[in-house]
Amino acid sequence: MTGLLDISDVEVEYRSRGRGRVLAVAGVSLDVAAGQIVGLVGESGCGKSSLARVAVGLTPPSAGAVRFAGQPVTPLGWRRRPDTEIGLQMVFQNPYASLNPRRTIGAQLLDGVPATVTGAARRDRVRELLDRVGMPNTAAERYPHQFSGGQRQRLAIARALAPQPRMIIADEPVTALDASSQAQVVNLLVGLVRDLDMGMLFISHDLALVHEIADATAVMYLGRIVESAPTRELWRNPRHPYTRALIDAVPRIGPTPRLPATLAGEVPDPANAPTGCRFRPRCPHAFAPCGDQPPTLDLGGRSAACWLNDPTSAPATVPAN
Amino acid sequence: MAPLLDVDSLAVTLPGPRGPLPILHDVSLTVDEGELVGIAGESGCGKSLTAQTLLGLLPAGARITGTARFAGTDLLGLDNRGWQRIRGAGIAMVFQDPTAALHPMLTVGRQLTEHMRVHLRLDRRSATRRAVELLDQVRIPDPEQALRAYPHQFSGGMRQRAAIAIALAARPRLLIADEPTTALDVTVQAGILALLDRLRAETGLAVAFITHDLGVLSALTSRGYVFYAGRVVETGPTGSLLTAPTHPYTAALLGARPHGTQAVGTLRPIPGAPPAPGEAPAGCPFQPRCRYAEPACGTAPPPLAPAAADRSVACVVRPHLEVTAR
Amino acid sequence: MTMIAPDPVAPDPKVDRALTRRRWLGRLRGGSAGRPVWRQPIAVVALAILGGWLLVAILAPLVAPYDPLAQSADTYAAPSATHWFGTDSLGRDIFSRVVHGARLSIPLALAIVSLALLVGGLLGLVAGYLGRFADEALMRLTDLVFAFPQIILAMAVTAAFGPNTRNAVLALVIVSWPVYARVIRSAVLSMRGDDYLNAARLLGVGPVRALRRDVLPNSIGPAIVLATLELGNAVLLLAALSFLGLGPRPPAAEWGSMVALGSQDLSMWWVSVFPGLAILTVVMAFNVLGDALRDRLDPRYAKGR
Repeated sequence: MTGLLDISDVEVEYRSRGRGRVLAVAGVSLDVAAGQIVGLVGESGCGKSSLARVAVGLTPPSAGAVRFAGQPVTPLGWRRRPDTEIGLQMVFQNPYASLNPRRTIGAQLLDGVPATVTGAARRDRVRELLDRVGMPNTAAERYPHQFSGGQRQRLAIARALAPQPRMIIADEPVTALDASSQAQVVNLLVGLVRDLDMGMLFISHDLALVHEIADATAVMYLGRIVESAPTRELWRNPRHPYTRALIDAVPRIGPTPRLPATLAGEVPDPANAPTGCRFRPRCPHAFAPCGDQPPTLDLGGRSAACWLNDPTSAPATVPAN
Repeated sequence: MAPLLDVDSLAVTLPGPRGPLPILHDVSLTVDEGELVGIAGESGCGKSLTAQTLLGLLPAGARITGTARFAGTDLLGLDNRGWQRIRGAGIAMVFQDPTAALHPMLTVGRQLTEHMRVHLRLDRRSATRRAVELLDQVRIPDPEQALRAYPHQFSGGMRQRAAIAIALAARPRLLIADEPTTALDVTVQAGILALLDRLRAETGLAVAFITHDLGVLSALTSRGYVFYAGRVVETGPTGSLLTAPTHPYTAALLGARPHGTQAVGTLRPIPGAPPAPGEAPAGCPFQPRCRYAEPACGTAPPPLAPAAADRSVACVVRPHLEVTAR
Repeated sequence: MTMIAPDPVAPDPKVDRALTRRRWLGRLRGGSAGRPVWRQPIAVVALAILGGWLLVAILAPLVAPYDPLAQSADTYAAPSATHWFGTDSLGRDIFSRVVHGARLSIPLALAIVSLALLVGGLLGLVAGYLGRFADEALMRLTDLVFAFPQIILAMAVTAAFGPNTRNAVLALVIVSWPVYARVIRSAVLSMRGDDYLNAARLLGVGPVRALRRDVLPNSIGPAIVLATLELGNAVLLLAALSFLGLGPRPPAAEWGSMVALGSQDLSMWWVSVFPGLAILTVVMAFNVLGDALRDRLDPRYAKGR
């Protein structure tokens, strides 16, 4: 099945002085259907933001393709974005940088209101958008600096909704926000996706947060998706040791202090990624087959790229839950 | 035995563009030798300012009342020389952004040894020896090599470890850690938390850990304080504090965070936003956002009063709170 | 060693440097920290001097007691009650010529600077936004211009086109646009990563509209400050070209050519000194004002932040 957003075999390569080629995204495929929230989880440097920018067309992939509603997403260059792609919108991480400080909120929302809406209807549309995100009408005449971080993120969401998109890519939308505004913004996004039957790719470093809202979750490590599964399955029974490590590293609330489990080593530099399985040097279960890059194994409704799941090579010790 | 750090009825007022702004009100807290104490709250709640007060880093014009004693010394009566002695060798601090605490043009070794030569009056050889020990203690691989490295050559997690090593250089008895893992990935955070816990166990270091993440508070600390709008609204042993909160704000914070366990549902956001300094309502500062508010909440800020076992709470209503342990 | 992809985690929302960087318009109006330009005493003096010169230029025929071009037999008269600043070799009243010179020098300087700002600004904007080849080409072109001393290049250009006022202005535009191009380019580069531009483009805003509404207003601040500083330089360069006989042609009352005339015989000091003083006051006033504006607009120079 192909979804509304269809990312296939995307690679992103940077040329960096002194380090040569850096493969930030090393072949990622991902589908998001209408009405579905897919969480993409990974730690800093794993390539998830690079992937987001490619998916929305801000940067070109060095290999692979992205399709939105069946049409290829063309990288944004020196031209206007085609109307067919405007239904694919993005919410950025930092609401302090994603709103133009010199223009009123209303003017920025109007940027996205289709030209077919004219006259007084445009103004009404702005009012509806502000309503949708729970902001007062008066916000239209004000400037971004007059709002708090959480409010700005809501305004940025309103702007993304202006062209009535069918798909939203949210790149760490609440990372820069405080605990109480985080929950407000997340609930707003989830509510909108459900109400408007949009699709959403929700990118975050916070597995617990993604667990809370996503229908399906993909875990990224060093440019590759190592596991993807329906969210509850993934959390309950991770099939990749990295997923396991991420879950175990989340600090829990309990009656007595209990330190989260630590993971050996650090994320390697993508410029010299390990051969074979990229997680191998840090993996507590590494064994002989890991010298070869594991294929993405279909595990029935879910998949993982780990030799432990391959019955022909695994010593039948899938990481215990 | 008297606590290592004993802060009593601390209030701080900072000069603002339109008159003085009260930032902290009636804050009392203690940290014992070798204890891991957590301070939790949202940004602007006064938790970082408390740390600055304890290090004498408040901006000019700040008005401080109350007392703060550290190992018998009255902190609030110190002059510049006194503060110099306390900082580093008595109380040290690590910050959210380790790059801000590390000089980008000096090697890590230079920054480490400089500290020790000033505070501990060590010669170059023994300072270097101790620097290697410290880097080893914070689990930086290949310490000799790391001494010659510049901060930008480290990853975020290693930089924070280096910053901790520098903070520990002059053998402080209390380490104030202000959101030291907020900018780090969870797996890296886990390593830093384990490090702080090990340092406490091995060296008897007391740690005051400031965080907005209640999960971190629970995982690491044995006692916690919850701040709201410049006040301590609830305190007690972390386990009972977070599994059976008695203040509506503590409960609301718990409801607004992702569970991370079996129960998947929607987050329950706290409506509104915390008041800005000087704009707190009369009475309980949380009352406008509180689902349990009663007329009595509007009269005066409720004092922190003893509740069940080692617990204190600043709430006059003390509603029955439904909280699922997370 | 590891921070590679643009994948930052948790910037501190409290540290809002981006915001303060871009509040310069508000600061100009006296919004937040720092003092408005008109509250800095030295800037007020500079403003007063420039205002005075502007009045003199507008009211020149009323202020000047003589026709600036009228020759008389009274050559090389020392300053006196009849000729406040004395007369030159052709018996022309120097005070009247200095007054009329303001009508020439100040508008020409403004023209040079605004044209250079326009040309350099546009090129810098496009180069910074497009990057890659366009950027590389523009940067090498500016390097080419920077490789020559401004005055030598201006001389060469004027000499090639023919010495007259229009060509002098053109030459000075040619030698001075690159600095605006570079300033605007680097401002654009530093804001190109800001996501409000990306967000607007994703909504279907065309590149030209995005440049005009999202890029330009957020990058032009430093160039405007620079332009103010450069006004003084333009007066000076124009005077130098005239001094060399490459600017406005005699007998036009241009400060630079007047200085040149007097420099042949310094015993008649008044012939050079008074137009020289006119140049000095205008240049210094523009510079002081530019500095004040920079203090106001550029947080790197602001106090306490």
